[in-house]
Amino acid sequence: MARFIYADNAATTPVSKTVLEAMEPFYTQYYGNPSSLYSVGRAAKKPLEQARETVAECLGALPNEIFFTSGGSESDNWALKGVAHELAKKGKKHIITSKFEHHAILHSCEALEKEGFEVTYLDVHSDGLVRVEELEAAIREDTAIVSIMYANNEIGTIQPIAEIGAVCKKHGVIFHTDAVQAVGNVHIHVKEQNIDLLSLSGHKFHAPKGVGALYIRNGIKMPNLIDGGAQERGRRASTENVAGIVGLSVALKEACANIDERAERLIKMRDRLIDELLKIERSHINGDRVKRLPGNINMCFEGIEGESLLLSLDLKGICASSGSACTSGSLDPSHVLLAIGLPHEIAHGSLRITFSEQNTEEDVDYILEVLPNIITYLRSMSPLWEEIKSGEKQYSQKIF
Amino acid sequence: MAYSEKVMDHFANPRNVGEIPDASGVGEVGNPKCGDIMRMYIKVDGDVITDVKFKTFGCGAAIATSSMATELIKGKKIEDALKLTNKAVMEALDGLPPVKVHCSVLAEQAIKAAVSDYYKKMGIDPSPLVGEIPECESCACDLH
Repeated sequence: MARFIYADNAATTPVSKTVLEAMEPFYTQYYGNPSSLYSVGRAAKKPLEQARETVAECLGALPNEIFFTSGGSESDNWALKGVAHELAKKGKKHIITSKFEHHAILHSCEALEKEGFEVTYLDVHSDGLVRVEELEAAIREDTAIVSIMYANNEIGTIQPIAEIGAVCKKHGVIFHTDAVQAVGNVHIHVKEQNIDLLSLSGHKFHAPKGVGALYIRNGIKMPNLIDGGAQERGRRASTENVAGIVGLSVALKEACANIDERAERLIKMRDRLIDELLKIERSHINGDRVKRLPGNINMCFEGIEGESLLLSLDLKGICASSGSACTSGSLDPSHVLLAIGLPHEIAHGSLRITFSEQNTEEDVDYILEVLPNIITYLRSMSPLWEEIKSGEKQYSQKIF
Repeated sequence: MAYSEKVMDHFANPRNVGEIPDASGVGEVGNPKCGDIMRMYIKVDGDVITDVKFKTFGCGAAIATSSMATELIKGKKIEDALKLTNKAVMEALDGLPPVKVHCSVLAEQAIKAAVSDYYKKMGIDPSPLVGEIPECESCACDLH
């Protein structure tokens, strides 16, 4: 194997060295239960609260509005189901979300629909963005909560969050955003953007897996997630994952300290890769080119199936991801790519490359050295390619 | 999901890729909407499949099962090739993950489709010899 390039940072990231070092003492030295009164307990309690302050500061929130969880999916479930159940008591049983949310939101919506809630799934246009005016038009008297992701996990498109927040505030509707992909990559200020609840997950920004947080604006009522203790102000019992929480706060502080400088570097890499890959015939970029995360590249190559593309890249030492059915474990390709209007045949041939600050221009060079050849090879093996190339191929729906 | 070494070998170095311009029979199965299409070419001499080539659009398992299936029928009598089951293809590859079993079914069907085409060209009704080849049966996906 010539090289190893990890380019799937939207899936997860390696824990950074400083994060690991910051966590270590909480396994071996300050292992006490933060609820205990004696020294090793107190020694764990203080850093826990400092971590809460750090996270709050990075988001423009107050420390008592940060609740640590096990990760993004838990935060999403708690936010959506919690607010829905609370407001159902007042007869508000309508939810607005989008068609390309993470499954933690979409499946929570399905669960709530079974309980009798009504859900409006907003279209995301071919640019991968929801339209604020369509959202506003969907708000009803009985709308309990709007949940729109900050940045999409597959195509990286960044939604007009502040505008959505303003519209929700105007209509007195609670606004939740799944910011799992966005936190650490873009500037977030929950107060200025009128965000009421925000989910985040540590392992997307070099903290360990299994730790996340939910920001809940003061004044928002919702049922406790876990009963059984005073942790997280009684709303989510369970002895705190102190090391993980400290790791999350250190990682977030690191990420937020140089957002602009990192974005500038990653955008350069991203745009060069996209420009070069678009030179491959019958290739397409998925989602808006500008309103997207700095490290996200998502392309479709007609006549290619995603899994064989990923396996071929893996043989060359490149880790990436795809929205093909074969990689999603189901028979349908990615719901995100279908939501932006791609036909099944093309959605099967998607490739997602996601960079973090650990990637370099040399990685881009190597991907460009390897990827076009793989595409040529797989197309030469495809019984569909000649027809696609000549333009005779008819897709199940119009493309682009 | 983990592929066996044999699957990875047949994916990375597929055998018999290509086309046979003067093929005796060509069969194509699968559906691009589901993400798998196999096209198989056979050259028949007497009752023996003397050459076989394939072109596949699909996942790693689709390519590996195509490759293995061609290996298993090359040089075989037609009647023996028709006896090749998807199970035999899977076993020859040291197994497939459960969600990939349909790829081996496609490989079996691709052979049958190619033989059917050969019989049709010879003016022989293939259905009593080959049986029905269901449309995308294994796939079970609803085509929206």
